Amino acid sequence: MTVRANVPLIFERSTPGRRGYRLPELDVPETPLEELIPQEYLRSEPPQLPEVSEPEVVRHYTQLSRLNHGVDVGFYPLGSCTMKYNPRVHEDLVSLPGLSAIHPYQPEETVQGALELIYNLGEHLAAIAGLAKTSLQPAAGAHGELSGLMVIKAYHNHRGEGHRNEMIVPDSAHGTNPASCAMVGYKVVEVPSDERGGVDVEALRKLVGPNTAGLMLTNPNTLGLFDENICEIAEIVHAAGGLLYYDGANANAILGIVRPGDTGFDVVHFNLHKTFSTPHGGGGPGAGPIVVSKELAPFLPGPVVEKEGDRFRLVMPEHSIGRVRSFYGNFLVYAKAYAYILSHGPEGLREVSETAVLNANYMMNKLKDVFELPYDRICMHEFVLSGSGLKKHGVRTLDLAKRLSDYGYHAPTVYFPLIVDEAIMIEPTETEAKSTLDQFIEVMRQIAKEAEEQPEMLTSAPHNTPVKRVDEARAARHPVLRWRKA
Amino acid sequence: MRYIPITEDERREMLTSLGLEKIDDLFQDIPQEAIFQGELDVPGPLSEAELIRHFRELAAKNQDATKLVSFLGAGVYDHLTPSIIKHIIGRGEFLTAYTPYQPEITQGVLQSIFEYQTMICELTAMDAANASMYDGASALAEACLMACAATRRELVILPATLHPEWQEVVRLYLENQDVAMVYLPQDPQTGTVDLSRLDEVPWAEAACVVVQQPNFFGLLEPVAELEKRVHENGGLLVMAVDPISLSLLKPPGELNADIVVGDGQSLGQAMGFGGPAFGFFATTDKLIRRMPGRVVGETVDAEGKRAFVLTLQTREQHIRREKATSNICSNQALNALAATIYLSVLGKQGFRDVGYQCLQKTHYLKQRLLEIPGLKAAFSAPSFREFALRGAVDWAEINRRLLDHGFLGGLPLARFGQPELALFSVTEARTKAEMDAFVSTLRGLIS
Repeated sequence: MTVRANVPLIFERSTPGRRGYRLPELDVPETPLEELIPQEYLRSEPPQLPEVSEPEVVRHYTQLSRLNHGVDVGFYPLGSCTMKYNPRVHEDLVSLPGLSAIHPYQPEETVQGALELIYNLGEHLAAIAGLAKTSLQPAAGAHGELSGLMVIKAYHNHRGEGHRNEMIVPDSAHGTNPASCAMVGYKVVEVPSDERGGVDVEALRKLVGPNTAGLMLTNPNTLGLFDENICEIAEIVHAAGGLLYYDGANANAILGIVRPGDTGFDVVHFNLHKTFSTPHGGGGPGAGPIVVSKELAPFLPGPVVEKEGDRFRLVMPEHSIGRVRSFYGNFLVYAKAYAYILSHGPEGLREVSETAVLNANYMMNKLKDVFELPYDRICMHEFVLSGSGLKKHGVRTLDLAKRLSDYGYHAPTVYFPLIVDEAIMIEPTETEAKSTLDQFIEVMRQIAKEAEEQPEMLTSAPHNTPVKRVDEARAARHPVLRWRKA
Repeated sequence: MRYIPITEDERREMLTSLGLEKIDDLFQDIPQEAIFQGELDVPGPLSEAELIRHFRELAAKNQDATKLVSFLGAGVYDHLTPSIIKHIIGRGEFLTAYTPYQPEITQGVLQSIFEYQTMICELTAMDAANASMYDGASALAEACLMACAATRRELVILPATLHPEWQEVVRLYLENQDVAMVYLPQDPQTGTVDLSRLDEVPWAEAACVVVQQPNFFGLLEPVAELEKRVHENGGLLVMAVDPISLSLLKPPGELNADIVVGDGQSLGQAMGFGGPAFGFFATTDKLIRRMPGRVVGETVDAEGKRAFVLTLQTREQHIRREKATSNICSNQALNALAATIYLSVLGKQGFRDVGYQCLQKTHYLKQRLLEIPGLKAAFSAPSFREFALRGAVDWAEINRRLLDHGFLGGLPLARFGQPELALFSVTEARTKAEMDAFVSTLRGLIS
């Protein structure tokens, strides 16, 4: 990427009196504004929006887009984010007016196709999870976690066990896990990892008790490792009266290979914007549906869709926690996940995970002689290296990440999980060609060599990007969060 | 599979390089009893052509607003959306990017968010805005929690005139943190908060009062009285606003609001059966560090050139874990980008025109419908883009018959416990001819 960032802000392109879009002429008789809205409610100054023409707007945002890396631009091995190819046909499908131009309060008989889609997708996700019932309300992964925890809490309350207020979370967990616990008033109890990278089962045994509400687990975990003791873990938590929550951030490893419900999980959330290929859009919109067991289904957030004969209806589950957001979730997002499932079918979904895991192992194997591999065993869809060996050259993982940009790659996830020093978390996904993997491996090895021979190439990186290394500390020290006219 | 480039030969070669014989060997760490033995019960695979056919069939079972003339609102509106929005947000550099964690190669997304934050501040007259929330309802719930944290109080005053679904979302979030709620009743005559009953709620204990402006019924609330009362008692003013109304209405910042949220669907987003759009969230300088969500700030690069970056991250879950201000991670960035393009291309004058036309057309339809014998205005307060009518008719049945004439009628409020009311919304997209035809059809059905 050699485009230099020199794009003014849209406000700086403004010229008084210029316009970009015209409405049709007002065709109803006008009433003086003050007769419709009392003066004290009216604003004295209009908002200072830019005054630009349509061609300027198009050029402005096209120029901005060229400063940005995306899966369409190049390899994006951002661990735990599953940056796979996003099929373009999905964008066409959700642009059909029959899906994009329908109102959530239309009579049910006028939206049977939309309800059918929701129903079918819920069934398919339940089949993939090995559980009973889906709610598509949650708007993102963290929102799914929040919803799932609310369901667990409602279930315990319903059984007169509202005292259960401790949620066990591994030290390798995503930050959203403990943060979601706090949102439902749960106390977070951290369980350490063992020397194989899984949950320390003996420690878990000591942590469970009468106040245990459940355990949140990502499996494969954030080290990219499948927890070999999952069945035993489930037994321990269930025996204590707790429930098992599956964080589906890493579900790209298990489609058709493991159904979380079969291994004892009671609640699963899927990140449809990861595993099921709906585009991330620079940070959203996602979709984080939850799938639960038969026992928990009455507590799901609603409304959900039920099928009665050949008609589809919106209903609130019997003991529903209620609404976690307005309407029916991010419909036009999860419709793409539905398309993705249909395109693949059962064998195709399995092939997705098989290939994702193969690609990750292939890369791990070709990199472990140049970077430390703290947990040297077969990985699932991603793996975590440590950049700690770079330190002797005065180089950190951050510098490696920046240097990768010079070669046209997005960096892996870095400094996560927290239990690995100088972590480098690489997730290739299944949609990359072997030649891409080989080139990336070559570049990683090249950068490791640079770290030894010319460390300043890394510490001053990136060099060929739209901007040079960005001063993050300054932004936080003196927050400038909006533009103001000079 | 058409999205998997690896060939059979390459697969074998890669397995060999790992010293493995078959794909199943990759899964040797998974205990045997955990392995799924069957085949997933999902349909497919479909070719692209079959997939398109299936989606067309589903879409054809819906009746949409390109064929029907819609007067439905209540949170989702049929506005005009400039064509360029879909073309720009469809660019792969925006569409297929993740959250901008590496600022040097994501300046496009970062700068567009900075522009978005500026526009939200302009609309609301607030100091700072975040990069977006899931929707208006969850943004309001988070605003209430933020007010509790900022005031160390555990009670929130809500208006009965707040959108009923938003009330449910707020209740759920607050109950889970043991925050109490009390309601300000609706004045049955004006349709806004009943100012004669303000003494019935415990202001001194309240973290905040929420005001939705305009309220669920499209009516303008008397914000000043509520602002005075809450600030006198050390609480915060939280406003939930309709962004289009801010083209004309006094912005929350001038009304001394502390936190402002809203739903951005009306800013260039598809109706999409209710999602995705986005929620916006703005506050004062004083409260910035308590704000949930992503925030972009301006800084410089190593050469001193202006650059943008995610900032104030010590509030967030990936750093603070259970002590974070919220658990939110992914938001609705692409929808916020669509709104940024919308507000850019509409511009200062165009945006005002949208609000002005909505207001004039809403007024026109309301006056015309009031000519129909049996229909009365439900409330007396001034309204913006929506109004409720009262009539002793079966609104659901009327709507079924309106459908035969190509209309989506107003929303029957029976579902919210008001069987005689229906809520009508009019945007700039409606024409006089459509409204006149609607009035005459409805007149025929009622009389």
